[in-house]
Amino acid sequence: MKAVVTVMLKAGVLDPQGKAIGQALAGLGFSGVGEVRAGKVIEIELTGTDPEAAKTQAEEMARKLLANTVIESFRVEVA
Amino acid sequence: MARDVNQALAREFGLSAGEYRNVLEIMGRTPSLTELGVFSVMWSEHCSYKSSRVWLKQLPTKAPWVIHGPGENAGVVDIGEGLAAIFKMESHNHPSFIEPYQGAATGVGGILRDVFTMGARPIANLNALRFGDPKLARTRRIFDGVVRGIGGYGNCVGVPTVGGEIDFHPAYNGNPLVNAMTVGIADKTKIFLSAAAGIGNPVVYVGSKTGRDGIHGATMASAEFGADSEEKRPTVQVGDPFVEKLLIEACLELMATDAIVAIQDMGAAGLTSSSVEMAGKGGVGIELNLDHVPQRETDMTAYEMMLSESQERMLMVLRPDRQDIARAIFEKWELDFAVIGHLTDTGRIVITHNGQVEADIPLAPLADQAPLYHRPTEETPPQPPLGPVADPVGLGAALRTLIACPDLCSRRWVWEQYDYTIGGQTVMRPGAADAAIVKLDGRSRALALTTDCTPRYVQADPEAGGAQAVAEAWRNITATGALPLAITDNMNFANPEKPRIMGQFAAAIRGMAAACIALDFPVVSGNVSLYNETEGKPILPTPAIGGLGVLEDAAQAVGYALAPGLDLVLIGTTQGWLGQSLWLREVTGREAGPPPPVDLAAERRHGDFVRGEILAGRIAACHDLADGGALIALAEMALAGDTGITVEPGGDAAIWFGEDQGRYILATADSAGLLGRAAAAGVPAQRIGASGGALLTLPDGDTISLAELRRLHEAFLPGWMDGAS
Amino acid sequence: MKAGIIVFPGINRERDMAIALERSAGKKPRMVWHRETDLSDLDLVVIPGGFSYGDYLRCGAMAAQSPIMAAIRGHAARGGHVLGVCNGFQILTEAGLLPGALLRNQGLRFLAMDCHLRVERADTDFTRHYQRGEVFRAPMAHGDGNYFADDATLDLLEGEGRVIFRYATPSGEVTPAANRNGSARNIAGIASANLRVLGLMPHPEDLVDPLMGGEDGKPLFDSITAALAA
Repeated sequence: MKAVVTVMLKAGVLDPQGKAIGQALAGLGFSGVGEVRAGKVIEIELTGTDPEAAKTQAEEMARKLLANTVIESFRVEVA
Repeated sequence: MARDVNQALAREFGLSAGEYRNVLEIMGRTPSLTELGVFSVMWSEHCSYKSSRVWLKQLPTKAPWVIHGPGENAGVVDIGEGLAAIFKMESHNHPSFIEPYQGAATGVGGILRDVFTMGARPIANLNALRFGDPKLARTRRIFDGVVRGIGGYGNCVGVPTVGGEIDFHPAYNGNPLVNAMTVGIADKTKIFLSAAAGIGNPVVYVGSKTGRDGIHGATMASAEFGADSEEKRPTVQVGDPFVEKLLIEACLELMATDAIVAIQDMGAAGLTSSSVEMAGKGGVGIELNLDHVPQRETDMTAYEMMLSESQERMLMVLRPDRQDIARAIFEKWELDFAVIGHLTDTGRIVITHNGQVEADIPLAPLADQAPLYHRPTEETPPQPPLGPVADPVGLGAALRTLIACPDLCSRRWVWEQYDYTIGGQTVMRPGAADAAIVKLDGRSRALALTTDCTPRYVQADPEAGGAQAVAEAWRNITATGALPLAITDNMNFANPEKPRIMGQFAAAIRGMAAACIALDFPVVSGNVSLYNETEGKPILPTPAIGGLGVLEDAAQAVGYALAPGLDLVLIGTTQGWLGQSLWLREVTGREAGPPPPVDLAAERRHGDFVRGEILAGRIAACHDLADGGALIALAEMALAGDTGITVEPGGDAAIWFGEDQGRYILATADSAGLLGRAAAAGVPAQRIGASGGALLTLPDGDTISLAELRRLHEAFLPGWMDGAS
Repeated sequence: MKAGIIVFPGINRERDMAIALERSAGKKPRMVWHRETDLSDLDLVVIPGGFSYGDYLRCGAMAAQSPIMAAIRGHAARGGHVLGVCNGFQILTEAGLLPGALLRNQGLRFLAMDCHLRVERADTDFTRHYQRGEVFRAPMAHGDGNYFADDATLDLLEGEGRVIFRYATPSGEVTPAANRNGSARNIAGIASANLRVLGLMPHPEDLVDPLMGGEDGKPLFDSITAALAA
């Protein structure tokens, strides 16, 4: 199965990349664009078969390495 | 990929009907797909130099200090104290148009490998860049990507980017030029070459795994672009500077042992060109089993593996008894290490995959019968004389226009994205001197490095322009006090099948050769990039020159930053040559007239005199005169040193903005002594001003504050790139 | 003083650091490969600049998980001195040896230029050869040097006197224009509570020789050499 870990900057941490994307979208004429935030998605192939265990394992990975919880939050989905 | 091999497929692969006939004759049968792929890349313009070889032979390549000239991965010159400088410049033009970031990044990676593969630790990168009209949004996007790509790769591998040049011209709208140069240092008795030797010796693959990237990059670089080029995106390679850094360290660690017999990087045409060239140069055969090639993707065919241009890979022939030492080093650096074949005495390259022979080609005819074209040439007609030109604006307005224009404005925005201090040896940083000065770690010796070409001169008169490019590189090195030693050339031209273009190439080579001989400045390495045109629109002919010089004592180097209280002396003859000048283009809107002639004897005499004065410690600052002429050079000196200048009265726009060659401005505390020595040496010299204050006082009495000058000079690139988004 | 420079894969300013340390201390530091585990012979552990693991994922994230970090933690816990510069600073924050994090530069571009640092404390083992309030020049070269911590952490750092360097104008004013990467409160360098673990983004090690444009960075290495002179 596959764990998908989404890592985003925490609310309150300035995201200049998101801001630049937002400005670029406005520059391209897209209206109604509010705040844009940029993060990253990490896909991990896991050999196990138990979705709960996989989720726990991926969350452990996220806490330990994939996200820096000083500045980032994360979300794990298992499919 | 189960396609029949026939003439139609050969044509798709870039082989002409005649070339395909030769393939059939050499093979004595219809080649396999993999074999056709090998022929097509080895016989591409990029790998075979089939249009340019006959001309390149005219370039002087020898001097007592040249250790290896063209023909190896890079040129090697003796720089004293038992050391060699290894350097080369190479283009990545087409990939940079398709995907600017990765194109430029992998260009830097490729040239680094050419240098460290010979045993050198890279100590400096430079780059010569040409872009289209800045008014086009596409130019801005390409410029941004190229600068980010060069920085992204160079900064991460930890080699300082210390110099280069940037021009803008609409002729590059559909075809930017990205020419990257690397300079490395090695023990001159430990230079590694690519000729394979030792029947039975293992052939070893190291570095990154092979994927499907860049298949047919070499043939892409050998064809004109059409409107569908953007569709070719998937063939672009992606660089991994982290792996490159590991590869540098691992290779240098291995090179400290005696394990390596021969080594070559896998550049254009990847495994094909590296294995064919190594075996061919050594006069041996080679057998590869592709089952052992480290692969990033599944189900790759022999054809794909042989033509992949995945980056950060090297091929080596090792002493069999040292294989384990080598393996341990590469495993320590967490890089792939695989024995993929061995050398044979058959004189053939035999490639097997999944138990099948996929290719079996005799190497000698593959090399010897590579196409060689003596293509028709047509001379560029001489430009009619310019005639009298009226000055529509006066000196002050012209200075304000020129100092701010895209071709002369400050490059600070660019170099501030390149790490130029890493290594701790950068004596003259970007913007400080006519050539970058990089000291050798632990020694007082330093190298002076520059890249130069004035494409609008080459366009107007290819022979004079070719000579000027070499002379300017020589002059820029001389202006720091260094002794020029050798050059690498990156010949960027349009479609060689057009006689006018081939004529440009031939004439530029003539001019370059004359300058190289007159200035004792041989060519030791180079690269040819042809077919630089999009939809029939050719680039300006651009023989970019990368020059290298040496200073015995880095402390003797001078820059062009001016201090107060000095006299300014102009060396050389000023006629007021406005043909093809930037003043003519930016102020009057004309690109016309013949370019300034280069008097090579005077160039040599003036330069040798200037270098002598610098090394005698009599010169506080020195700047060569180039684009924009004397007043621009003075303004640049004033800005770099934050010191004003009062220029002597008299003279018109032609005198102050003309681009006569062979000239320098020297700052000295003793102009009388300098003028006396110049007269004795038969070198024209005149005092043209004095430094001090915070104003530039022009010959007509007009003044401009350094603050205003700086604002104008620094405005364009930040405004263009960051201001408008 | 026995100094060691930790070499992670992708680190690239280890030689610059060795030159600076040797210039002050008179002897070569030991190069320590990241798979080593014993640092007990060292007085000073230096994590130099570069792109450890390619800066992939986050700058310093993977190096911070490397086995040698246990030894570095032990060294710090015993009161040993640790200096992290640029990527080394990022690694120290990722490892939790210093608070906060280094984000992308606010302008989203790599910044290679000289900056000016105001010395906030001259009574640490790393800064005694500077004066408090003195301004010195240092090259910076980074894409992710924008120091971030939450307000409580920043207040704590200020309260405990752990902000060691701030980006300033050449005359010592702490202004937004002098703070090109956008760091919180212009912070360029911070220390641990015992002031023995120092992290900073700019590169004093690249300005220790008049030939390279100055010796502004040398007092830092003279300070730690004097402090740890055996």
